[in-house]
Amino acid sequence: MQNSEIIKIENLTKRYHMGENDFTALRNINLTFSKGEFTGLVGPSGSGKTTLLNIIGSLDNPTEGNAIVLGNSVSELTHKQSAVLRNYHIGFIFQTYNLLSVYTVFDNVEFALLLQKHTVAERQKMVMEALDWVGLADKAQSKPAQLSGGECQRVSIARAMVKRPEIVLADEPSANLDAANSHHIIQTMKKLNRELNTTFIFATHDEKVMQYLDRIIHLKDGRIEKDLIMPDSKTESHVSL
Amino acid sequence: MIKFLFKGIMNDRSRSLLPIIVVALGVALTVLLHGWITGVLGDSIAMNASFNSGHLKVMSRAYAKDDVQMPNDLALLEADTLVNKLKSDYPGLDWVQRIRFGGLIDFPDEKGETRAQGPVVGWAVDLFTPGSTEIDRFNLKGSILDGKIPTKPGESLITSDFATKFKVKTGDTFTLFGTTMDGGMAFRNFTVAGIVRFGSSVLDRGAIIADISDIRKALGMEGAAGEILGYFDNGVYDDRTATVLMNDFNEKYVADKDEYAPQMIRLRDQGGMAEYLDISNAMGGIMVFIFVMAMSVVLWNAGLLGGLRRYNEFGVRLALGEEKKHIYLTLIYEGLLIGSIGSVAGTMVGLAASYYLQVVGLDMGDMMQQSTLMMPTIVKTRITPTAFYIGFIPGVFSMVLGNALAGIAIYKRSTAQLFKELEV
Ligand SMILES: Nc1ncnc2c1ncn2[C@@H]1O[C@H](COP(=O)(O)OP(=O)(O)OP(=O)(O)O)[C@@H](O)[C@H]1O
Ligand SMILES: [Mg+2]
Repeated sequence: MQNSEIIKIENLTKRYHMGENDFTALRNINLTFSKGEFTGLVGPSGSGKTTLLNIIGSLDNPTEGNAIVLGNSVSELTHKQSAVLRNYHIGFIFQTYNLLSVYTVFDNVEFALLLQKHTVAERQKMVMEALDWVGLADKAQSKPAQLSGGECQRVSIARAMVKRPEIVLADEPSANLDAANSHHIIQTMKKLNRELNTTFIFATHDEKVMQYLDRIIHLKDGRIEKDLIMPDSKTESHVSL
Repeated sequence: MIKFLFKGIMNDRSRSLLPIIVVALGVALTVLLHGWITGVLGDSIAMNASFNSGHLKVMSRAYAKDDVQMPNDLALLEADTLVNKLKSDYPGLDWVQRIRFGGLIDFPDEKGETRAQGPVVGWAVDLFTPGSTEIDRFNLKGSILDGKIPTKPGESLITSDFATKFKVKTGDTFTLFGTTMDGGMAFRNFTVAGIVRFGSSVLDRGAIIADISDIRKALGMEGAAGEILGYFDNGVYDDRTATVLMNDFNEKYVADKDEYAPQMIRLRDQGGMAEYLDISNAMGGIMVFIFVMAMSVVLWNAGLLGGLRRYNEFGVRLALGEEKKHIYLTLIYEGLLIGSIGSVAGTMVGLAASYYLQVVGLDMGDMMQQSTLMMPTIVKTRITPTAFYIGFIPGVFSMVLGNALAGIAIYKRSTAQLFKELEV
């Protein structure tokens, strides 16, 4: 697959102020990601995985160096520009799903579209399509509290995918799920990755997730330890449930 | 987006219920208190105007200097001429003559000896002229407990507490002792035609009301009147017009240095009325101010607590590409929605309570036994058009202000920090 470079990270360092001292969460990272990648950031707790995802997602700024996402230099974006970048181009998936409990499944997925300009009919169609991808069209009117953990995470995949972003950032998406559900959601994502050519970047400890990754970047103490291409990663068709 | 917010408010009871209750309660109180104070002040002003001050009052300059003493030796002479002139110069008002007097009243026993004696204040008003406006102005038909309104010379009304105290019944006779215009001793016999209760302690403690012709005879005041009162035809005091008329009238007598020359004063210029009017006018503003302050503080805190619970939601919305500024704005919209819902509910409750107290009234007679102000003992609220919207000002404003203040906490956090609150 010939795909263009969509994320470029150059000499990126992130330091946090901790009272007197600074704490360095990421040290001089250089990375590029191409369109359609299915990549994981792997490493022990505190190695900087979430920090890196947040900077790519333009939720946080580098201390030094730069992250260029879809041609935008993250450190130079205004609040508004970074909001637009997230709104149209980046989807987030969280360990704890973070669905809005007072809204229905449909509303949760639709919310991402409310910030864009779509007619009601367009939104209706897009939301139902996204729920179809994750196999939850029949639960559109349920509340998150009525769903299982796996179903919640599938709703949050639909929420991330409904606007068809170029990039999806998933921070420990399987950490709260059992084995079967973990496989299921990863396969769902891998399928979307193949069909829509969406770039997925994971932060994960999970061996089950790693089996599916095309590329694994090992982080340790804020540094890249290894950056490996996985030629024989599983695809959704390799596993039966 | 508004629909989305509205759904959020409706589905999330803990977000909306407390604020709606607080707003509704505050709004209901605002409406009720506004109606109450408007009612009390309005009734007090109206009662004072009817009994004492008129909307405009003409007296001799000398009388005016000391009018609380009711110095009838300084009364206006040839009052009829003056009244006719007032009627033609200022036709938008009803001009009436009155004599206020003090005296001693003496009830005889069967043998004609003094059985009981007491001081009394008196109103001499036009009772006999058919169609006299004074009967309505004093609400005599509504106030009469026993007997009838005097229709012929020698009849008078006395007030209820007084009648009870002296064990007087309709049909009894008494002698009124007073002072004539020339300072001599005056007395005249009257029959009690009826007993009235005005519902104001000051009045009901001891007053008599008689026709002005009778009192003129009793006090030797033929053709004279202590006071000429003017009432706007619509029954409502209008300070601006009153001021214009007063200035116009007094202008005509500037050159006249006679201390018996007539002088006009407004309702506002008489004992305590200025404060009543000013409070009555400022009432809306004062109420709104107090309730905005009190409710804002409560709602601000409710908003802060509610906001804490919602950091998760705000984090997700940030990640989905909503701007922090927009989240803040939606909080203000939510404030508007909740404030409006609460205000509608509160206004309905407030109006219902006001209506109840407008119809039924609240008897404060016991509390006003010693009162020297002329106030009705049955306090009634009054629903004015203002009551329909006044609650919305504190209701919506304080809710929006509360949310705006609470939202600052969110606004001040960096995006990264807000997003971090997501991680459990
Ligand atoms: N706001 C902050 N202030 C100070 N230190 C921070 C802050 N955010 C993260 N850190 C530190 O930066 C380091 C990297 O954090 P990060 O969340 O990226 O780790 P991670 O690899 O995602 O770990 P985990 O697997 O536990 O999620 C950690 O040591 C963390 O304590
Ligand atoms: Mg992490």
